[in-house]
Amino acid sequence: MIPALTIILGFQLVGEIASRWLDLPLPGPVVGLVLLVGACMVRPRLAEMLRPVTRSVLAHLSLFFVPAGVGVIAHLPVLSQHGIGLALAVTVSTVLAIGAGALTFAAVARLTGSRDD
Amino acid sequence: MTDAALIWSYLSSQPLLWLTATLAAYWAGDAVFRASGRKSIANPVLIAVILLGSVLGLSKTSYQTYFEGAQFVHFMLGPATVCLGLPLYDNIARIKRAGLPVVAALLVGSLVAVGSALAIGRAFGLDQALLASLAPKSTTAPVAIGIAERIGGQPTLAAVLVLLTGIFGAIIVTPLLNALRVTDWRARGFAVGVAAHGIGTARAFQVNETAGAFAGIGMGLNAVLTAIIAPLVLRLFS
Repeated sequence: MIPALTIILGFQLVGEIASRWLDLPLPGPVVGLVLLVGACMVRPRLAEMLRPVTRSVLAHLSLFFVPAGVGVIAHLPVLSQHGIGLALAVTVSTVLAIGAGALTFAAVARLTGSRDD
Repeated sequence: MTDAALIWSYLSSQPLLWLTATLAAYWAGDAVFRASGRKSIANPVLIAVILLGSVLGLSKTSYQTYFEGAQFVHFMLGPATVCLGLPLYDNIARIKRAGLPVVAALLVGSLVAVGSALAIGRAFGLDQALLASLAPKSTTAPVAIGIAERIGGQPTLAAVLVLLTGIFGAIIVTPLLNALRVTDWRARGFAVGVAAHGIGTARAFQVNETAGAFAGIGMGLNAVLTAIIAPLVLRLFS
């Protein structure tokens, strides 16, 4: 577990450094994610080694954003003031994005004859 | 015997109490979620946030004090984001087989999610910091928090908007796509993963295995794409 955790933190660390150094639009952990995918493609054994730890971390993914979520108590005045605008922005854009994304996928799959087998 | 007030004042200034409270609240939220038969509306994070928010309010504890303890949990967002790379790697063959539909739906879904949210927010007079917190709401929380920080939003507000987007997306996806008559499970899953991240992905897995896998792919790819397009689209609205 310790080697896997060290490697995962290492990818994040390199990601943070690269993100800042090169002034990338991607946050450090996202750069780490991209680098991890690349590294696993070059060395498939790395994926097998990390798998048990990544699986248990991802199983509790939602726990990790509880502390940030609790921060909403500091924003209650803003939320009540702009409640309708925020609610409409969230709901309408989600409906549009799901609909547009699914229709696009289905249409392009039909045009290109792409199938999942 | 030491006065209970003294013990309280000691504990409430230490990380232990609020770290324990965070785990306990999530545990309770998860228990309710399971008991409800994994209904999207009984989201464990939402329940935990409401519980903790009430406790902080009643005990007159500041968010800052709470965060001293909770920061250890919060820290895990970064490593967890890196870990999202593994399921993406596992599905590379499937992504390649559906290359064009994946790229097209990713671009359309991601741009519509960010663009329409900002257009509506702007129409309702939200200021720049609110728009910046709103822009990454379709991506998974750890990434959204990172993006919001980067573009001048409020990370905690971004986290809550992410949560609400996920819950709403998970509830609406099945009736919406039935009404639109989309039958390709890959399309259905992918779209909800792009628009409603992990909560939408969990919902997709409940409905169909292929939809779940493609939702995970959509979530992972959109985490990367939104980090790139959110600052650009935000600039159009400022």
